[in-house]
Amino acid sequence: MSHLGGPLDTSGMLAVGPPGGPLRARGRPRTAVRSTLVAVVSTVVVFGILVWITVNAPGWAEVQVSFFNATVFTNAFPDIVAAFSLNIQLFAIAEVLILVLALALAVFRSLPGPVFFPLRFLATIYADIFRAVPGVLVIYILGFGIPGLGLPGIPTDPFPYAVIALTLIYSAYVSEVYRAGIESVHPSQEAAARSLGLSRLQALRYVILPQAVRRVIPPLLNDFIGLQKDTVLVSYIGVVEIFRQSQITQQAKFNYTPYMATALVFIAVTIPLARLTDILVSRDRRRAAASAR
Amino acid sequence: MGGEGSRGAAPAATTPALVVEGVHKSFGQLEVLAGIDLTVAQHEVVCLIGASGSGKSTLLRCVNLLEPLDAGRIVVAGEDICAPGVDVNRVRRRIGIVFQAFNLFPHMSVLDNVTLAPRKVLHLAPAEATTRALALLERFGLADKQREFPDRLSGGQQQRVAIVRALAMEPGLLLLDEVTSALDPELVAEVLAVIRELARGGMTMLIATHEMGFARDIANRVCFLDAGRILEDGPPEQMFRAPRAERTQRFLQRVMEAGRL
Repeated sequence: MSHLGGPLDTSGMLAVGPPGGPLRARGRPRTAVRSTLVAVVSTVVVFGILVWITVNAPGWAEVQVSFFNATVFTNAFPDIVAAFSLNIQLFAIAEVLILVLALALAVFRSLPGPVFFPLRFLATIYADIFRAVPGVLVIYILGFGIPGLGLPGIPTDPFPYAVIALTLIYSAYVSEVYRAGIESVHPSQEAAARSLGLSRLQALRYVILPQAVRRVIPPLLNDFIGLQKDTVLVSYIGVVEIFRQSQITQQAKFNYTPYMATALVFIAVTIPLARLTDILVSRDRRRAAASAR
Repeated sequence: MGGEGSRGAAPAATTPALVVEGVHKSFGQLEVLAGIDLTVAQHEVVCLIGASGSGKSTLLRCVNLLEPLDAGRIVVAGEDICAPGVDVNRVRRRIGIVFQAFNLFPHMSVLDNVTLAPRKVLHLAPAEATTRALALLERFGLADKQREFPDRLSGGQQQRVAIVRALAMEPGLLLLDEVTSALDPELVAEVLAVIRELARGGMTMLIATHEMGFARDIANRVCFLDAGRILEDGPPEQMFRAPRAERTQRFLQRVMEAGRL
């Protein structure tokens, strides 16, 4: 497998296209047709070899039965899709909270002057800690620790803790994305805004943030692809979402096909988002090229 | 300018629009302004000339408080704007600045670029701000561009919008920082025409420029900056025909050799 890594990577990039393809094609338009041909041929060859190796492996018959069982798949699929609605809820609620919390953190970190030092300091510590601690640990600590305090009126249902944990983890990353966007807006924009009499906060709100947010939409979407997948981590604190559901079915049937069904669901949801991100990235690149005279 | 003129009662007419006293400014080890003294009277047009790096832009940025001073004092229409406790946002409302690189807001239409500060700083109603903005855009031949975004305009049009954006705040003093330096040669004239019209209307302006012919035409007074000091200043006829200082002579000689005068 390791010796296949090289050629597989290259052909994969050429075949999939959007990330590397258009850029190459744009650099050398004359060779675009030939590149496409090479890509198709090399993809077919590489995948052909991979399939051949898999199907001729000594354990293939057993793997086929325990991972690709049509009956188990058909029976388990409705339950798995139903459980996925919980992942969607987690994702949807957490995403909104993340967008707000992360923006606040990024703004705190970009405030200049000694007066705002405590806010900058707290926001920095926050980003450091939540990027350092593995997500699963945050989920465990919150999901078992907070209810374990036994405080009156505190929810025992794991769902809110799952949402809070995902929000805390991802806000640390997303705040860095926002911050990069804020820093990418040229200082002359702030100078222009301030020179018209706008206050620092007005300049941030009307001039800098709108430009910053527009620029970071592709990396934001990228983080949300990660969030979508990481919703399965909250299964550890007893939320019966898609992964937990597939585990239950797997243990009942002694068959791994439910995991394959789960993987399929994620692929179906993630690929459109990934392509949308690619489209936005290339549109941004074109726009940047057009405005650079 | 109408507002400025009608308010021009006796005391206001004699108070200089701008007084710069002993202004020093360094960036690290580099002393960019080494003691600038300059007075600009109401309705006067003063041009700053000098080589790149002589401190013209920095001086303008200091006047608008975009750069803090190391030493010295700046008085605008009788008010010391460097005094502690002065609200910089209020000061900047009365001083317009136009930059070399236009610095329009790329995510806003021309109209929004012009109305943003009147709406958010002067708290004009949107309709009122729009009416005023359209009148200004009309006056400078940009009314048909009101819905365009900056990247759809030529450099000359962008710079005219930037001037209109500054004028929308009805400043008493307008600072122009090499506003034609980033333009293709054929677009320079339209921007200079706008500035000429402002001068005719009585706008007080402090202009950093490399356009010597323009400075000669428009300025009441020309200041030659050299190594952070005003080496020589006088009316344009004298400055361009018979400069006294040797450095001024050499600078103008080089400019003439380059065919820029």
